[in-house]
Amino acid sequence: MGESYAAVMPANAYNWIAVWRRNFLAWKKVALASILGNLADPLTNLFGLGFGLGLIVGRVEGTSYIAFLAAGMVATSAMTSATFETMYAAFARMDAKRTWEAILSTQLTLGDIVLGELVWAASKSVLAGTAIWIVATTLGYASWPSILYAMPAIALTGLVFASMAMVVISLAPSYDYFVFYQTLVLTPMVFLCGAVFPTSQLPGSFQHFAGLLPLAHSVDLIRPAMLERGADSAALHVGALCVYAVLPFFASTALLRRRLLR
Amino acid sequence: MNMSTVAIDLADVKKSFGDKVIVNELSFSVARGECFGLLGPNGAGKSTIARMLLGMISPDAGKITVLNEPVPSRARVARVRIGVVPQFDNLELEFTVRENLLVFGRYFGMSARKIEAVAPSLLEFARLESKADVRVSELSGGMKRRLTLARALINDPHLLVMDEPTTGLDPHARHLIWERLRVLLARGKTILLTTHFMEEAERLCDRLCVLEGGRKIAEGKPDGLIDEHIGCNVVEIYGGDPHQLCELIRPHARHIEVSGETLFCYAPYPEQVRVMLRGRAGLRILERPPNLEDVFLRLTGREMEK
Repeated sequence: MGESYAAVMPANAYNWIAVWRRNFLAWKKVALASILGNLADPLTNLFGLGFGLGLIVGRVEGTSYIAFLAAGMVATSAMTSATFETMYAAFARMDAKRTWEAILSTQLTLGDIVLGELVWAASKSVLAGTAIWIVATTLGYASWPSILYAMPAIALTGLVFASMAMVVISLAPSYDYFVFYQTLVLTPMVFLCGAVFPTSQLPGSFQHFAGLLPLAHSVDLIRPAMLERGADSAALHVGALCVYAVLPFFASTALLRRRLLR
Repeated sequence: MNMSTVAIDLADVKKSFGDKVIVNELSFSVARGECFGLLGPNGAGKSTIARMLLGMISPDAGKITVLNEPVPSRARVARVRIGVVPQFDNLELEFTVRENLLVFGRYFGMSARKIEAVAPSLLEFARLESKADVRVSELSGGMKRRLTLARALINDPHLLVMDEPTTGLDPHARHLIWERLRVLLARGKTILLTTHFMEEAERLCDRLCVLEGGRKIAEGKPDGLIDEHIGCNVVEIYGGDPHQLCELIRPHARHIEVSGETLFCYAPYPEQVRVMLRGRAGLRILERPPNLEDVFLRLTGREMEK
């Protein structure tokens, strides 16, 4: 059994690049529509909530509400773009389009494919998160050098949520089941993890639970970077996110082996 | 057989999904340079076997060796020298013909320069030179199959595994694929193909294995199987009560099979059968040489679905 699991893991450190480049080529053909589509939702939230709600809320944690929210929207957009890329686009490549089947007849392993898809989804997160960051920074809600800290955190966030979504697609019989993950996991996380309001507003027990969620670690890395504050226990957050990226990777590869390579 | 001359070896391979047995105690060997066919109706286990050779399905028991590599444990290494034509096209529809080759070549670790160097000859082989920059979604079914074949050759494989390579194609497109496959055989490639077309198996295969319900029911050269199991001409009779006719011609038949409304009479002297049927209205009688369809009917008592 161990041997057969080893056989599906990534064969080497670079095979996944061919999968990433395949997705990049496909994306280039629809790049403009893809970028606009990815930006519309978080920017609507940022300006709608930021200006509208910001008038009522006033200052939060020593800054304007929209500046507070901007970091939350960067993290959230990284989360959703990686999740959706994996749940819908990668699932289609695995299922209806048979792209993975074609790749599995070459020298790549299932693990190579999963890794390529994860890095690709994380790349789309970087694009989406960075785009929101550029808008926020242009409007003066963050400093330009903060990208040095924000970008790696965005990339790691993308990897985490792509990896978790990969577990979802390895188990979901069809698209219809994805909505449960969206409504029961992702949406509550946005509200629990300090993306739109500080976690200090939550009841105590919720605060402890929320502190374990991956989006909370992302927000706690990205917000201090954008507001130019020192991040508390950055190593802890990075470590936690790495665990959230790596464990689902192995779990999903093993589950996908059972699903695809019987 | 010496291992270096064997491309594929299966020994006592078994596979079940749940309590349904898909492949049952199957053994066969394919020599290098040979075209070997797995012939059988839908559900005979052909695709499962093809996928097992690639390491995409693991056998429950038995031993599989492909190009001297144990499969599935070292299937990845074997696949470096295998080209695959799957049952259902899995080309990149949004990409051009050329981009499909580029993307697929990269999966074998080939550089863009290397792929560009081999692409023209592959496109020429597949008769797709004029379609290099056309999106795959605009190609006909036959062109897509030929592109799939060209794509399978990008790594210059020793072995081609083809799962129903011409299913769904019109006769013209099918003949073009057959002609291309003969060119590959002439170049010394080994081909394993699954098919439920008797004609395809007869035309292309040096040897074949007839499968039913995951079991091998016959193996040999197409002519040899036909001689061994039939060995005489066939008279097909339509349009009467088969059971009544059966009694009438039985003395002159070596063997009779009834399938649906058709009566297949295997007769060393067909003219005697004709004499017996003379004067009966409404009968259509066709005399022809025997083929693999007859072998299958003889062995299983039923026709292969088309």
